[in-house]
Amino acid sequence: MVRCKTIIAHLSEYVDGEATPEMCHMIEKHLRGCHRCTAVYDSTRKMLVITGDERVFEIPSGYSARLHRFLDKAILEGSAS
Amino acid sequence: MNDQALMEKSREPFLIQRIRAGERSHFHELIRPYERRAFLIAYSVLRNQADAEDAVQQAMLKIFLHLEQLAEADKFAQWAMRVVENEAKMYKRKRHQHLYQSVDEEQEKEGQTKHFRPKQFADWRDLPNEILEQQEVRAAIIESLASLPEIYREIFVLRDMEHLNIAETAEVLGISVPMVKTRLHRARLMMREALSPIFAKPKVSIWERWKGVNPWFAAKR
Ligand SMILES: [Zn+2]
Repeated sequence: MVRCKTIIAHLSEYVDGEATPEMCHMIEKHLRGCHRCTAVYDSTRKMLVITGDERVFEIPSGYSARLHRFLDKAILEGSAS
Repeated sequence: MNDQALMEKSREPFLIQRIRAGERSHFHELIRPYERRAFLIAYSVLRNQADAEDAVQQAMLKIFLHLEQLAEADKFAQWAMRVVENEAKMYKRKRHQHLYQSVDEEQEKEGQTKHFRPKQFADWRDLPNEILEQQEVRAAIIESLASLPEIYREIFVLRDMEHLNIAETAEVLGISVPMVKTRLHRARLMMREALSPIFAKPKVSIWERWKGVNPWFAAKR
């Protein structure tokens, strides 16, 4: 059996769908027989679903308005000189 | 990329041309799709909302002033986000000169984390979509992110929160594609490790499990 270390090292590529077909085959075979690597794989996928959600990070309210006000002021002043 | 994002993107070269021709007001429209990303990038470097906002303002002004220097109009996003990233790093240096870490130190840190291995193997519970409505959950994720060394934090934000692809991430950070892949991998392992105590299934004792499957016990309740 392939060592867990090798599987873990390629897990990120595998999650992103960028592993080669041979690598996929090797990983899938290993995952069927290894609870630890399955736990890492499974939790990584679960994590990426939630961290990829926009709601995780709230932008401070008024940020956009303040940014555009700042730019208006700075750009207008720039054009006057 | 959804239809709206695609439409906005195809308009960029046109907007840039108009701005260069002197129609400055188009700049607002040009940067609007990138405001959130810019904030996240700055925040991932500075870890402070007020500082991140300041840095984004300065960066956006620079983007406006140096728009002439952008050679390929279809690379606006990567170029602009690179400016934000650099501005945030400069801001950090200015702000915390005494705490400033040299490149050597950062690299040393990378060496130390090179052999990062998962230590938590508990199964995670299912995380329903509504889980993000809980303030504690959002706070825990942001806190875990803040605990990562900067080189991993910025990769994770760009790739796994803002959904840039590997090549775009490499361009924004000014590093190679293999470097992005290696760091991303470690960043994910570290994030997973930090979040495991929060999202792991609660451990069930053998006694509890026995109670659950024992028909006599179940009938008595
Ligand atoms: Zn394994």
